[in-house]
Amino acid sequence: MTSTLNPRFTFDTFVVGAANRLAVTAGRTVAENPGSAYNPLFIYSGSGLGKTHVLMAIGHAAKVIASQLNIEYLTLDEYVEAFHAAIAAGQGDAFRRRFQNVDVLLVDDVQFLTNRKEMQTELLRLTEALQQSGHQIVLASDRPPAEIADLDERLISRFSGGLVVDMGIPDYETRVAILRRKAEERGTKFQPGILETVAKVEYPNVRELMGALNRLIAFQAVNDTPINADAAAKVLGIPAAASSTAVSSAAASPTAASPDEFSQFLTDVTVTVGKAVEAWRARVTEAVMRWEGEGYRTGRLEKLLDQETPAAVDEVIASYVHDVDRLKALEAEVAVLDPQAAGEKVFRDPDHMDAAEAAAGKVRDGAAPPPAPSAAFPLEAYVAGSSNEVALNAARDCVAKPGKKYNPLVIVGRSGLGKTHLLNAIGLELAKKKNAVVACLSTQQFVDELIAAIDGNRVDWWRARYRRATALLLDDIHLLAGKERTQEELFNLFNQLVDADRQLIFTAPAHPNTLEGLEERIVSRLEGGLVTEIAEPDKELRRSMVERLLTQQRVALEPALLDYLADRPIDSVRNLTGVVQRVVEAAAAQDAPVTAGLARDVLEGAPPPRRTAGLRTSGIVVSSAGGVRSREKMVWDWPTAADRVIEDLR
Amino acid sequence: MSLVNFTTREITCKIVYYGPGRSGKTTNLHYIYGRVPETRRGRMVSLATQTDRTLFFDFLPIDLGQISGFSTRFQLYTVPGQVYYNATRRLVLQGADGVVFVGDSQARQLDENVESLQNLQSNLLEHGIDVRTMPMVMQYNKQDLPAELILRQEDLDDALNFRSVPSFAADALHGRGVFETLKSISELVLKKLAAGTPAT
Repeated sequence: MTSTLNPRFTFDTFVVGAANRLAVTAGRTVAENPGSAYNPLFIYSGSGLGKTHVLMAIGHAAKVIASQLNIEYLTLDEYVEAFHAAIAAGQGDAFRRRFQNVDVLLVDDVQFLTNRKEMQTELLRLTEALQQSGHQIVLASDRPPAEIADLDERLISRFSGGLVVDMGIPDYETRVAILRRKAEERGTKFQPGILETVAKVEYPNVRELMGALNRLIAFQAVNDTPINADAAAKVLGIPAAASSTAVSSAAASPTAASPDEFSQFLTDVTVTVGKAVEAWRARVTEAVMRWEGEGYRTGRLEKLLDQETPAAVDEVIASYVHDVDRLKALEAEVAVLDPQAAGEKVFRDPDHMDAAEAAAGKVRDGAAPPPAPSAAFPLEAYVAGSSNEVALNAARDCVAKPGKKYNPLVIVGRSGLGKTHLLNAIGLELAKKKNAVVACLSTQQFVDELIAAIDGNRVDWWRARYRRATALLLDDIHLLAGKERTQEELFNLFNQLVDADRQLIFTAPAHPNTLEGLEERIVSRLEGGLVTEIAEPDKELRRSMVERLLTQQRVALEPALLDYLADRPIDSVRNLTGVVQRVVEAAAAQDAPVTAGLARDVLEGAPPPRRTAGLRTSGIVVSSAGGVRSREKMVWDWPTAADRVIEDLR
Repeated sequence: MSLVNFTTREITCKIVYYGPGRSGKTTNLHYIYGRVPETRRGRMVSLATQTDRTLFFDFLPIDLGQISGFSTRFQLYTVPGQVYYNATRRLVLQGADGVVFVGDSQARQLDENVESLQNLQSNLLEHGIDVRTMPMVMQYNKQDLPAELILRQEDLDDALNFRSVPSFAADALHGRGVFETLKSISELVLKKLAAGTPAT
């Protein structure tokens, strides 16, 4: 029901000019102090002037500053729809509660409240509730509250009680700035003066301005040569000389007003000012306005203006822009580690770069990396065979294209088949990539960490730690069963990481949809990638494993020994390792070479040659340590006594 | 008063319409007011007597928006023309960046025109300003009156414009020459920028 925030609509991508500066400043203030600055904030402007952009930007900015905030953006229509659905389902109260718990509510297209009495009452109630509980509400409309037809007086006074700001049609300079920014975004270059020609046309909104730019980009794309001013004017249908209204017509009749008189005057003044203000001053002031609008301190640039003829103006501006870019990068990095620290003023002051670097460094040091994969499980040591071929290939794909091919990858298989080894092996491979932060840990550890974080009141920090991860690998995902909060956190983390194309890999003892205690939303997400199974090792795999294990132990590879060990009915890699280990240890204890015969003796319980007969018992060989040697010959699951009796009676 | 403020990035031009009583200064402002889009103009403050004579002064702020990165504003003032409001005239002149002298083209008003010009000169001197350094244009208003009642532009130039500043024949009531005058004084004022008015 609720629309998601368009990631492109942030304050960074919004071109601020005189016509919208107030709205943007108010929006930023609200995002920084939701509920306390202007509540409600009411933004109105004609269509296509950026209301929705600013609304969503508020949402993004608030989220960056405090990620735990519950932020909802929706249009009035969506709100109405949800309300009607809730009423139809008899869930009116639940609906109200749901919205009352939103920290920042962004409602678009409020003008559609016209003739909707019951929605007006509902919105009035909601606004009051949100205000009382200190939650922020921001509304956008194409006209001021008082001009929304048939709007309840109480709503008008509510809305007016906060801050009502409008956004006008951008002025010429802003239009040029918008066009430049958009052309840059599209990677298109125009000859000097082209964009200025477009900007001279007073399009009623930014959308149409974009339409004009699109036409130029398309036109230039199909022609080999860059478009010139005349062609641009032709493409856009701009008359070549549109502004020469005879002044004398005004003299003829007072009512025959020539509206161009003022425009002409404005043009003349612009030319005169342009000549009077040295070009460098214009460049500097434009830069100051732009960066000030984006919230950066511009002291360095302003100092230029105090000088008569400063040297290297463009270099100063370029180095300023470079520093701002660096600040943005630092801020983004810090935002991931510690969202609250990112809001600090130090990241807005290019004149004190060292302070910003230091602050970022501090945050960086404070953020411990998430648990890394264990070096004990390298991929080279993972023995491939037909039983794990699919899983291994999928793992290789994930290493080659993390996040792109199978996301998530879920490796299922019984205990002891090498899932953990494979998981860690993938983790180690992923960690070799540049700037990789691989989180690889058991689900139990994941749960324990979260509990510790809740206990220490630093869940944000904990979240940030995992959000930094370029890959998240969780072993034994079934241990999430019944851990609701961890499932909730994993769900959010899952979505964020998948959205950012970060690789996720899990292991589980069985297919996710058979695991009990996992929420449906987690299961469906696990199913959404690739679920691959590791089967019990076949003889061939067992033989290669034995070979490898014996080689590691520096034991001579005797074919009879290999055959014997590979033939053992062992159903897991872990047990096979245990068996080989046992044989090698026994040989070492006896100071004898490892042979098939010795292995048979050890595993099948034949008496060691020097043992006395007194230790023998019927069929079961007990080691001196008291452990049962011949596990295979043991009957572990006896029928119950009662069953046996019944069987005997038959 | 500073014309260009680089710190706040503002250009504020104060232009004073000066001239004898009933020469049409307020009419100039009214015409401009009617042509400036609503979003660009402030409220026109006009303190007039019941007989429509300017008692104190008219004030019309015009916002020209961002020009070369400067927030540009024009403030247009008129002074009361009547002789006995000299204190007010002197006050309004304070901080003026340019003066439009609105003369009455009627032959019988020539003396009033001369007297007002002399008054302007002395009032500027009181502010320590040499009239020769002040950007100024002449406007000869009421050129729509019958030819036998008025003097031609050349004659008026001979009689009044001894500094050879730009001059315009005008009919402020119908708008003829109003914007030409404003444009001309604006150019003169803004050109003073280039001449190096220090920013404060």
